[in-house]
Amino acid sequence: MSGRVLGQSVRRREDAGLLLGKGRFVDDIRLPGMLEAAFVRSPHAHAAIERIERSAALALRGVHAIFTLADLLPHLVTERLVVGLPSKSYKQDRNRPALAYDEVVHVGEPIAIVVAENRYIAEDAAALVEVDFEPLPAVADCRAALESDAPRVHRNAPHNLLAEFAMAYGDVDRAFAGAPHVFRESLKQHRGGSHSIECRGAVAVHDVLEDRLTLWSSTQMPHAAHRLLCDMLGRDENRVRVIAPDLGGGFGPKLVFYPEDVVTALAAMLLGRPVKWIEDRREHFVATTQERDQYWDVEIAVDREARILGIRGNLIHDHGAYTARGVNLPHNAAETVPLQYEVPAYRMNVQVALTSKVPVSPVRGAGHPQGTFVIERLLDRVARELGLDRAEVRRRNLIPASSMPYTTQLKARGGMPVVLDSGDYPACQAEILERAGWADFPGRQQAARAEGRYVGIGFANYCKGTGRGPFESATVRIAPSGKVHVYSGAAAMGQGTRTMLAQVVAEQLGGAVENVTVTVSDSAAVPMGLGGSNSRQTVLAGSSAHLAAVAVRKKALKIASHLLEADESELEVERDRVRVRSTHDRSVTLGQIARSVAGTAGYALPPGVTPGLEATENLVIDDMAHANGAAVVEVEVDIETGHVKILRFVGLHDCGRILNPMLVEGQVLGGTAHGIGNALYEWMGYDENAQPVTTNYGEYLLVTATEMPHVENYYRESPSPLNPLGVKGVGECGVVPVAAAVASAVEDALSPFGVRITQAPIFPAQLVALIEEARARGQKNT
Amino acid sequence: MSETRNIRVTVNGVVRDEQVEVRLTLADFLRQKLGLTGTHLGCEHGVCGACTVLYDGRSARACLMLAVQAHGHEVTTIESLAESAERLHPLQEAFSDNHGLQCGFCTPGILMTLIELLRDTPDPREEEVRVALSGNLCRCTGYQGIVASALDAAKRMRAGTPR
Repeated sequence: MSGRVLGQSVRRREDAGLLLGKGRFVDDIRLPGMLEAAFVRSPHAHAAIERIERSAALALRGVHAIFTLADLLPHLVTERLVVGLPSKSYKQDRNRPALAYDEVVHVGEPIAIVVAENRYIAEDAAALVEVDFEPLPAVADCRAALESDAPRVHRNAPHNLLAEFAMAYGDVDRAFAGAPHVFRESLKQHRGGSHSIECRGAVAVHDVLEDRLTLWSSTQMPHAAHRLLCDMLGRDENRVRVIAPDLGGGFGPKLVFYPEDVVTALAAMLLGRPVKWIEDRREHFVATTQERDQYWDVEIAVDREARILGIRGNLIHDHGAYTARGVNLPHNAAETVPLQYEVPAYRMNVQVALTSKVPVSPVRGAGHPQGTFVIERLLDRVARELGLDRAEVRRRNLIPASSMPYTTQLKARGGMPVVLDSGDYPACQAEILERAGWADFPGRQQAARAEGRYVGIGFANYCKGTGRGPFESATVRIAPSGKVHVYSGAAAMGQGTRTMLAQVVAEQLGGAVENVTVTVSDSAAVPMGLGGSNSRQTVLAGSSAHLAAVAVRKKALKIASHLLEADESELEVERDRVRVRSTHDRSVTLGQIARSVAGTAGYALPPGVTPGLEATENLVIDDMAHANGAAVVEVEVDIETGHVKILRFVGLHDCGRILNPMLVEGQVLGGTAHGIGNALYEWMGYDENAQPVTTNYGEYLLVTATEMPHVENYYRESPSPLNPLGVKGVGECGVVPVAAAVASAVEDALSPFGVRITQAPIFPAQLVALIEEARARGQKNT
Repeated sequence: MSETRNIRVTVNGVVRDEQVEVRLTLADFLRQKLGLTGTHLGCEHGVCGACTVLYDGRSARACLMLAVQAHGHEVTTIESLAESAERLHPLQEAFSDNHGLQCGFCTPGILMTLIELLRDTPDPREEEVRVALSGNLCRCTGYQGIVASALDAAKRMRAGTPR
């Protein structure tokens, strides 16, 4: 569906400044008198802090201050960052402190801030701060952490179980008792990082004249940061301002409020000078949240026709050492497993384990890639055991379009039932298989094998809730200048949020996207907002902006009808003016209309209109818009080296109505690349003492242009009935099916050996070992 | 306090005489001393390529060089590409038209890498573009828009007057 500007690949308004090198990222902010900070961090995964000696560091020329938690406590209402999402499942409260006090619980935990003339000196001084540690036992593996004799992540804790819950419906044990086939799998997905190319950062200044603290933070959620600063520092809302400048990528971890945010802000207040802290990449590896470590022991019961009777199992989720977000990730993962298939009975017992590692938060995909990996691996297993085509097994189990909207028996984290709002999953599957040449592949595979090449094809469906509510704010105002100003609590982090909002509003107000200005990511400009997460901004901010623009348009037409002495039904908004449709020569500019309701002292407004030409909407949408799609991957495996090369990658995504095809494609491609990283390259290693062993880009591999295949994407548009634009979120869609599809393809390529893929990422050395094992098994059997 | 030196560096065609600490990196020199904040720092260990500049016409990592090493040399940064804010370089235009950037943080380094590639190889194959880009990390685009932008820019630059 296409409008004047909606549905068009409008060029991004963000681009010009960024291309000129005139972006304003947090590290580009330089204030007069500004000092720079570095943090003293724990080198231990677990230790008691016996003593902190800072005299040598303070003696260094150019050092202004070193603050520990003890120095900050008098200025803090609470020393904990209270960030955990509500849940009844918590067994213990592990919100983290602003700085470690007498115990450190992961490598990289901040202990003290050093503020100096510049970062060079601050880092020199940080190295001179002597901290006496008494090392304590640590635990790296979330399964081991739940053993009764495991070292405690927090020394005084009774155990390492952070939370426990079950996601369940139907009589699962009965479903299994009578099932003709039951298959069991142990599966693992590994943690990685977000690795926005810009690390985190903060610049704080305290304006004494107005007693206002301003924090520029590289955050996806400036309003949450604003609230936490107010809470922790005991300041009124109008004495704190948080601005997210240009963000060099977010991908989840930047939605978290971090110790460095509040400590940098407080340091600026205590010193009376602006303070900047910029995270370096090594810190990013140890202090920015990560995600995805999950261990699953699962069983699937199917009937003789491969129809699912039930799924049950246990999930152990690695939470890291503190709560940075909550139990949302294992919740998402457990919810994803049965989401798009007809699963009559389900029970997933979820244990959330503390480990001596950096805390976990959403990373693009947020539990959905893991859940998808689990269900899609199980269905591949069913196909193999029953001698059926992998796609056929899925076709028999997908929820049909005729059932939409489909109320599942699952509950969202807020307790609302999960409802699949729209989509045609079987048609989506049929289309991608057709486009990818699924049916022809066995012929191609045979031909390749005749040449000694091991090629395989893999496939995975996905379904993901997007646009998490309850709302996002938007105000649309036409100013006397004629400019249309949009303000929203949405947060721009590189996806083109400003362009999206300008398009949505321009659609109603003349179609001139360039006439619209967009203000986001500023707590002072917008009183209320949630920010960027959960593929939510187009769904929620877009919808609110749409409704506000419709309201402003209505009012503008009413006023114009007075000014032009024409009936509203005869009027249209064209670029910067309202005109009479039939004649076009009678018109009034948007600026003139705005002026007529801006008020002139002593003169009446036009009859029946209220002052000002603006509207605010906070459209509440609790239910999530479910995007769906699939990926088909062809790979070639070198059986000598274990190298996996992606030969072809086809994606199909139904993210509802598409507002800007170029931007949607960009989101999907970025997500796909992230998924390929998770499938084949990205490994955040820890040794048995929870010491990270991959803390640079030589050790931790991100996908580069040479590994990345050309991705062919196709789109379907099933409008969501949940919002006025019919949109669904797309920011995370690309990543979700990738690891599952790649695992399926690698297994298919190696089917002559009977190699089974049960984890991601899939590494060359592991593959070689699996091939050797399989060969040895084969020889033993013959 | 670290030792200092006086250096003379030609940056974007302008001769700059500055006193710098010997340990100051070229990237920090550009960003902090000269206010040229278009050169970005993504990893500070020479992998991500966000800080790529041209050093005597060849791409180099400004995070791995010291400012003093640039004494007597020419450095070209992202800020030099466009004639003006209204007249972008064809490479910059191609990036906007082909969605070659999202957050824009890696973009300056990528543009400088491609300026070198397209100068030396005006009609590159896709494979050559990918190899040239393999020293630049981007987390937003999956590189596909970047590759399309580079190929489109090559076409535009061949059609237009050489710069």
